[in-house]
Amino acid sequence: MKTYIRIKLLLVTFFLSLSVLASGGELHLDEAHTDISNTASLQNGAKLFMNYCSGCHAISFMRYNRIAKDLSLSDSAVAENLMFAGEKVGELITTAMPEDAASKWFGGVPPDLSLVARSKGTDWIYSYLRGFYPDDSKVFGVNNKVLANASMPDALWSLKENQSGAEFDQSVRDITNFLDYVGEPAKLIRTGLGAWVLSFLVLLFVLSYFLKKEYWKDVKYGIWRSRD
Amino acid sequence: MNKKQNWIDQRFPLTKTWNEHLAKYYAPRNFNFWYFFGSLAILVLVLQLVTGIFLTMYFKPDAANAFTSVEYIMRDVEWGWLMRYLHSTGASAFFVIIYFHMYRGLLYGSYKAPRELIWLLGMALYIALMAEAFMGYVLPWGQMSYWGAQVIISLFGSVPVIGPDLLVWILGDYAVGDPALTRFFSLHVVALPLILVVLVFLHIVALHAVGSNNPDGVEIKKTKDKDGIPKDGIPFHPYYTVKDIMGVFVFLIIFCSVLFYAPALNGYFLEHANFVEANPLQTPDHIAPLWYLTPFYSVLRAIPPMFGSQFPGVLAMFVALLILAALPWLDRSPVKSIRYRSSPFKWALGVFVISFVVLGWLGMEPVTPRNVLLARICTFLYFAFFILMPWYTSIGKTKEVPERVTE
Amino acid sequence: MSEQTIDLKKRRFLTQATSVVGAVGVGFVAWPFLSTWKPTARAKAAGVPVDVDISKLETGQLVRVLWRKKPVWIFKRDAETLKSLESESLLKVLTDPEGSGNSKNQQPKYVTPNYRSIEGKEELAVIVGVCTHLGCSPTYRPEPGAADLGGDSWKGGFYCPCHGSKFDLAGRVYAGAPAPTNLMIPPYSFVSDTLIRIGVDPVTS
Repeated sequence: MKTYIRIKLLLVTFFLSLSVLASGGELHLDEAHTDISNTASLQNGAKLFMNYCSGCHAISFMRYNRIAKDLSLSDSAVAENLMFAGEKVGELITTAMPEDAASKWFGGVPPDLSLVARSKGTDWIYSYLRGFYPDDSKVFGVNNKVLANASMPDALWSLKENQSGAEFDQSVRDITNFLDYVGEPAKLIRTGLGAWVLSFLVLLFVLSYFLKKEYWKDVKYGIWRSRD
Repeated sequence: MNKKQNWIDQRFPLTKTWNEHLAKYYAPRNFNFWYFFGSLAILVLVLQLVTGIFLTMYFKPDAANAFTSVEYIMRDVEWGWLMRYLHSTGASAFFVIIYFHMYRGLLYGSYKAPRELIWLLGMALYIALMAEAFMGYVLPWGQMSYWGAQVIISLFGSVPVIGPDLLVWILGDYAVGDPALTRFFSLHVVALPLILVVLVFLHIVALHAVGSNNPDGVEIKKTKDKDGIPKDGIPFHPYYTVKDIMGVFVFLIIFCSVLFYAPALNGYFLEHANFVEANPLQTPDHIAPLWYLTPFYSVLRAIPPMFGSQFPGVLAMFVALLILAALPWLDRSPVKSIRYRSSPFKWALGVFVISFVVLGWLGMEPVTPRNVLLARICTFLYFAFFILMPWYTSIGKTKEVPERVTE
Repeated sequence: MSEQTIDLKKRRFLTQATSVVGAVGVGFVAWPFLSTWKPTARAKAAGVPVDVDISKLETGQLVRVLWRKKPVWIFKRDAETLKSLESESLLKVLTDPEGSGNSKNQQPKYVTPNYRSIEGKEELAVIVGVCTHLGCSPTYRPEPGAADLGGDSWKGGFYCPCHGSKFDLAGRVYAGAPAPTNLMIPPYSFVSDTLIRIGVDPVTS
């Protein structure tokens, strides 16, 4: 009987959450306009991410030397610019923050951002990072337009103060671009490879089309059915 | 060469098999676009088997490691991302193909006598494929995997009397967890692929024994020449092999366009929320099964709970699926092909296709009063197609079927 | 009946062209599948150089570390042992004491003969502890004259329990052992006097 109630509860919550979503209206997100083929933007994004975000957020599916390779940086450049705590270049990018401290400061462990671009999308990240506004009722003195009551300080505030609006937008775009890359490193080669594969398939299609046409002359001109 | 062939033929019917199924299997010469999907389904089955074998080498069927191991495949394994995308895109492609393949059966009455068994085997394949796909979707252990499994398996809990015990037995636990993951893994990579391969084999053996239907619904075996070869038949090899190869490349061009440029297809092939690891404490805001299961999911949601039980909805969902198997016996029409059918059937088929597509779409949409109403109307129409079939296939005027295939 | 005749040449050409291009395609497809068996980024990351602190290593003591999932021995030999490695009585019972025959590729070029270690740090031996016979890891038996290993003819070294291969304290194989070659010396270098880096050659000036 208990299980039974649980199922019903599950289905009810489920449908309720669906209807809430439906009535809540769409959240307005600014378009990020990131370009994963822009290596300079990715490099800058990587640097900004490591300086402003990685203190709290891990990207623990990513390795330092993978970033070095993909973003055309040397291992030593990565070691100098992106690494802090004496890690090895082949290691995964975790955060130095101890878990219990994180729970004390933020009420939970800051999420790993390896896949945030895939689950939330680039527009969301871009809008979220630009969406902080002052709100004294909150612990960190800020609130967020995209994620209300976000338990995160405006990590980019110093950047925001020292850059013009357009510069700041570009910085956020670079971070977003970098996170898009981190979400799926294969994206860098996927589209380029796709063009080759498709051209090859088109060639094969053309050949097979003429091959089929050639063989089907038998059927068309009744040579196969000559006994008729 | 000939010597070698003889040696084998004395010990194994190689030439005989080759002839029976390819070189001297006479298929009607008027196959059209709709007849590509059978061979494409085999292609995708092979693709899924091969990529699955390679994915299994790195996947960890363990609730603690499954999600990480999938990302490990996507990043650390050389070309692992391609294996994974081939497999995930292949799963959806499989259903696209199977739906076209089944629709072809409806269009040209391929389920009618003497091909009832082929249709039944096909239905068994379809159901096994759904189970295969569902269990496969649980393996990456993302939020959608987890909650999708939770909801679908909870359906079994609504079975009267034995439901709760059945649920616990299926899960091996009191909620979806490691035992469910590992048993789904086993079924997904061993049991169901075996069943699928065997069923495909039987499906083809039955087809080649009876002979293929065609867009005219004419039995080509009725008109044979003096050598006993159907006059409207052509050998499958080389004519349909070269034609199917051409079809394969057209398919691969579309398939690879999705694979390389939109592997997640905006959440339709890989859902966004499934990039968050399973969390038993938090249901995602919006959850829906993958697109190929949504028509039946919509039927489930359209039926309101009755007598304080969700069971009628669950029952309706399974009946909606199983009723397809009854088609050969519901259809009373003297003709097979849509070309010669009466207009009531044409209307019914049109309404059926629309209601099926709308149900599929609704299954991905949130529940609103409008959507519920729409889902109920479509569910009604869906069932009406089958229940009224004996009636509307026996009225109206059918066109005369020619003796020989046209074109 | 039509006047159309079949151009068999064209047909054969098209069949061959499609087959050849198709076969190339199959090759292209096979490549990624086979590539998935290469060491993954994780395996490679685990194969990076290993640093070992030897400040606390005493003479005669041996430490084992894992480098590329293989055991590597680091041990300190005293002057007497080093001398015995050059003694005529030992050299004559070894298969390839110079490392010039079968064992040519078993050590980097920069190690000294006989000691098989880096010049200036001869006392420190760094050896991959994998028997060159069938891959067992030999045991450390530094005591000369051990009765079970041949008494007086045993100058101290390593003994493989699997098939009885014997090696001296420079990892050179005794004649008559099933192991065909001397033990492998990995590339290594000194980061400082007390830090050995296994897997990286010394920087040559």
